[in-house]
Amino acid sequence: METVAKFDISYSQSLNVSAQLNISLEQLAARGINHEDLIEFYRTMLLVRIFDTKAIALQRTGRIGTYASCLGQEAISTAIGNTMAAEDVFIPGYRDAATLILRGTKMEELLLYWGGDSRGMNFSINTQDLPYNVPIASQCCHSIGIGYAFKLRQQPRVAVVVCGDGGTSEGDFYESLNAAGTWNLPIVFVVINNQWAISVPRSKQSGCKTLAQKAIAGGFKGEQVDGNDIIGCHLKLQQAIDSARAGNGPHLIEAICYRLGDHTTADDASRYRDAAELEQAWKEEPVARLKTFLVENQLITEQQLESIQQQCSEAVEASVEKYLATETEAVSSIFEHMYQEMPAGLRQQLAQLETQ
Amino acid sequence: MPEMTLIEAVNAAMSYEMGVDESVVVLGEDVGTNGGVFRATDNLQQQYGEMRVFDTPLAESLICGMSVGLAAQGLKPVAEIQFMGFIYAAFDQIICHASRMRNRTRGRLTCPMVLRAPYGGGIHAPEHHSESTEAIFAHVPGIRVVIPSSPARAYGLLLAAIRDPDPVVFLEPKRIYRAQSEMVADDGQALPLDVCFTLRQGSDITLISWGAMLLETMQAADALAERGIDAEVIDLATIKPIDKATILQSVEKTGRCVIVSEAAKSGGVAAEISAIIAEEGLTTLLAPIVRVSGHDTVMPMFKLEQKYMPSVAQIVTAVSKVMEF
Repeated sequence: METVAKFDISYSQSLNVSAQLNISLEQLAARGINHEDLIEFYRTMLLVRIFDTKAIALQRTGRIGTYASCLGQEAISTAIGNTMAAEDVFIPGYRDAATLILRGTKMEELLLYWGGDSRGMNFSINTQDLPYNVPIASQCCHSIGIGYAFKLRQQPRVAVVVCGDGGTSEGDFYESLNAAGTWNLPIVFVVINNQWAISVPRSKQSGCKTLAQKAIAGGFKGEQVDGNDIIGCHLKLQQAIDSARAGNGPHLIEAICYRLGDHTTADDASRYRDAAELEQAWKEEPVARLKTFLVENQLITEQQLESIQQQCSEAVEASVEKYLATETEAVSSIFEHMYQEMPAGLRQQLAQLETQ
Repeated sequence: MPEMTLIEAVNAAMSYEMGVDESVVVLGEDVGTNGGVFRATDNLQQQYGEMRVFDTPLAESLICGMSVGLAAQGLKPVAEIQFMGFIYAAFDQIICHASRMRNRTRGRLTCPMVLRAPYGGGIHAPEHHSESTEAIFAHVPGIRVVIPSSPARAYGLLLAAIRDPDPVVFLEPKRIYRAQSEMVADDGQALPLDVCFTLRQGSDITLISWGAMLLETMQAADALAERGIDAEVIDLATIKPIDKATILQSVEKTGRCVIVSEAAKSGGVAAEISAIIAEEGLTTLLAPIVRVSGHDTVMPMFKLEQKYMPSVAQIVTAVSKVMEF
């Protein structure tokens, strides 16, 4: 017997749970992350944290519908947004507020979406990004078409697609990994492993020791990163995106984090989740970790922290005001976007609805 | 002007459009070197290269889902599902994504894709190769379902489907892939979507069918003519959305309607046509609408498939009863 192939899966972390950075700031700057970037990382994560808190409050008071919180996913989502180029295409799941905001989606657009208005996915800036994807992992197949289009046109662009730990059990996920490897496409798959698919824990989702190793079956590299460590996430994403852009094919990153909130506002995680586990997860969460690092290393002043907090709160409030001031679409909008030209049967149904 | 079979017309339409529109790409299982198991894509890869005409891994959801991604990037994918019996794995991508990308993004992203699949029975094929489940797709808002019934209509309708800015499920009646040849100009002229074609004018009864069953329906119309019954024959062609006007005008003229379909009877396209006539043309009817169709059974394996499919005799009998009502 001989071994015909061997594989390994790495785990990396730069900023550990005690907020210790394992490389120097000079080394970090050499890899493209300087002091100002670190502050901007913090600003984006805090903005999304405040947005998320506000969105839940809006749901609780009946001003948006069911909302899927991104609490605990701020680091990986921010890293994706910061490492993608404007001309790349982002293919989201539905907890990707940080990435979308960094790509140009306005917070009021996200609120419109969660408020039950399809115009929220009519992004005005990042016009080629796909809308939120609610059916799990089907977006992975879309990323294959987008990556194939880049390759066909010989464009140095990258598709970045995300799904959760539960999503890696779907057929579309496996079909997509297989295709990405077959055609060596410029795609980065990011599995945001937040440990819970509604009530089903990671341990019951798969017998695989890592989710990253599923990439091996697709014929390309997968690796784990601490998803609560924005610096580690950024460095790994940058490598993967640069590599895909250079024509070296797909890559999978499993970002290990924790869903600190309920699945959605319609869920109650206390029914199935141990309070002690959640308490531990809060000790590892990404926003406080970066803040501690910045404060302990005197990279940010108390005044800056207050100013960022205030600016973020004001930006969120402004977006809420814009959202609340948005008129509901005309009833005709239900019919207008089914086809480029409205077929006769739909015109008839619209006329009937408008006379009722 | 070349004489073509239906399958040759399908091939010619794709070849023509790939020649004039660089954004058209063809994908599916065995569509490349092999040219498709029915040869629908014969020679396309040699003509247009391995990037624009490509074999996919054996994964139907991927084929449809990646077409959604290609279309979101402005390409026009023409994807082949090898047999309709294998299309169900792709259904999630059709109903959740292809059909509603335009709507979900308020027109920002669209899905100008064609999903081709051979469908229908009558060729002694293995299990899962003979269904007529067009009604499942016709129920989905946001897509078109188109079925040609002759080489010329296959050519013109497929060109129209590829050029259409919205997703089209294009079902090809494989029983008549090579059953007949006719002159097809191959001049890039598309036929209109969303309209029926009246194949035969008549005054006594309206016969409505689509796909391969038009063969039996036209034969029945000839047999009925010998008995002095003047049948109008309508090729539905676009199954979704249905051209109600042509159907209602014909029934207003004839007062009678028989719908011929090889699909299972309940909840089908024939039922939808019946409902349209009942809702909007009841007062023009002189007799009940009758469906001549397959049965609410699994499509039998081939030894019994002829017992499942409507025959000329069954159509003639049904029409006779309607005329006697």
